[in-house]
Amino acid sequence: MPVAQQGETRSWKRRTTKAQFAVWFGWLLGVAIFVYCWQLISEKTIWMFVTDAPHQAADMAERMVPPKWSYMDSLWAPVWDTINIATLGTLMALIFAVPVAFCAARNTTPSRTLVRPLALFVIVSSRSINSLIWALMLVTLIGPGVLAGVIAIGLRSIGFCAKLLYEAIEEIDSTQVEAIVATGAARSQQLSYGIVPQILPAFAGISVFRWDINIRESTVLGLVGAGGIGLQLDASISTLAWTQVSLILIVILATVIVSEWVSAKIRHAII
Amino acid sequence: MSTTSPVRRWKRPPFIANPTLRWGLWVGAAIYLALAFGTMEVDWGRVAEGVERGHRFIASFFPPDFTSRWDSIQDGILESMWMTITSTVIGIMLSIPVGLGAARNLAWRPVYLFCRGILAVSRTFPEIILAIFFVKLFGFGPFAGFLALSIGTIGFYGKLLAEDIEDMDPVQAEAVKSVGAGWLQWLNYAVQPQVMPRMIGLGIYRLDINFRESAVVGIVGGGGIGATLLTSFDRYEFDSAAAILLVIIAIVMSLEYTSGYIRKWVQ
Repeated sequence: MPVAQQGETRSWKRRTTKAQFAVWFGWLLGVAIFVYCWQLISEKTIWMFVTDAPHQAADMAERMVPPKWSYMDSLWAPVWDTINIATLGTLMALIFAVPVAFCAARNTTPSRTLVRPLALFVIVSSRSINSLIWALMLVTLIGPGVLAGVIAIGLRSIGFCAKLLYEAIEEIDSTQVEAIVATGAARSQQLSYGIVPQILPAFAGISVFRWDINIRESTVLGLVGAGGIGLQLDASISTLAWTQVSLILIVILATVIVSEWVSAKIRHAII
Repeated sequence: MSTTSPVRRWKRPPFIANPTLRWGLWVGAAIYLALAFGTMEVDWGRVAEGVERGHRFIASFFPPDFTSRWDSIQDGILESMWMTITSTVIGIMLSIPVGLGAARNLAWRPVYLFCRGILAVSRTFPEIILAIFFVKLFGFGPFAGFLALSIGTIGFYGKLLAEDIEDMDPVQAEAVKSVGAGWLQWLNYAVQPQVMPRMIGLGIYRLDINFRESAVVGIVGGGGIGATLLTSFDRYEFDSAAAILLVIIAIVMSLEYTSGYIRKWVQ
């Protein structure tokens, strides 16, 4: 126990002197790095704009009210597209994620040396690129529209779903599988009676969870032209139609809240 | 008279027990899919054209062109990193008071509701939408991206911090209180040691997320590597784009491994 000695009195201290110095040095280093980074950002910032920002924000807020409710008529189709992008994208991701997950899980993979690293690579590369970047690529390749959005969401979600699913597969109870094997079941029967029932709740949970995230992400895909309500947002901002922008923000907020509520309800029902 | 017992066969129990709900869900899903595919407008001619471009794009990965745009790639990556670090630090610093306020066992009721409100609002909008507005307000450049990421960090970190504090062991907190600690001492010696290991891990995880996001805010003008990437796509310079993507993947992967390693080490 670290103790400070002051004449006759000994009092408890949290750290030894050495540890205290190490902690201080760590803080010093952290602060130095932070200040350095801040300096660089500050150089690239026009501070006049920043000091002017509260005024600008008030001005913008003033232009945004009241929301142009009549614009809602032309928003239903983009909202429908947004939901479709998220749902179909999740569906596509799940179709690809299931085989990838089975290949990546240690206990079900056909080959640990060959197939597993490949599956893990698919998972990592799909996860490390944001769906907006996928969309940017796909819009350049297959043209703007909902399809690019669906594929972008799908590609981004494969890694996420497969990662969670293969972790669930690795955590299954092996005694149940053993029991099925003992009855003389073939490999495909082991899969469908031993493993699948155990991971089905996890699978349903993962799909709903990812769907919820995808709704959020698909609201912005339109910014690069991949369909959905983001297209309208981008168009309204570029034409400075602020009353439309505020309506779109309200719609996005409502969609996100509803989707969160739905996914929470479903997950609650499953678990 | 021989009795033949009726053959009983085992059937596996269905995942959803209620048959009406089960079949209803199937039918609903079928109708939805039909509608969704029916209303999706796809220009197949344009898609076919894209296949050829896709070949060119994939071919440009072998080899990617790191050299001709290296200066702007380097600038973009460095800018992304500054944004990542500053926004994580500031975001976490701001989220600590909000998180403390949003913990039910710590805060006074109105404060609790107020802080929960802040967290809910900052979590709803994606960082990109925040970035668009900040670009409008503060002009192009990393400052707008930095602010958007900081606000995203507050929502994420504050919520998890609040939940962690709500889950802490009240016995230890009471022990520290009973020796006569003041409120700040109580926080420092009872609450902080309990939540610290997990919060360090989450902070590193958020650093990781912020880097990924910082690659995207550039697309709307918020500075960082995203702007460089957008430019290279707009110019159809696929080989430079491939190089940028590879750099992003490499950094994200190494960040993910280090953050996983540090989190394991802390816990």
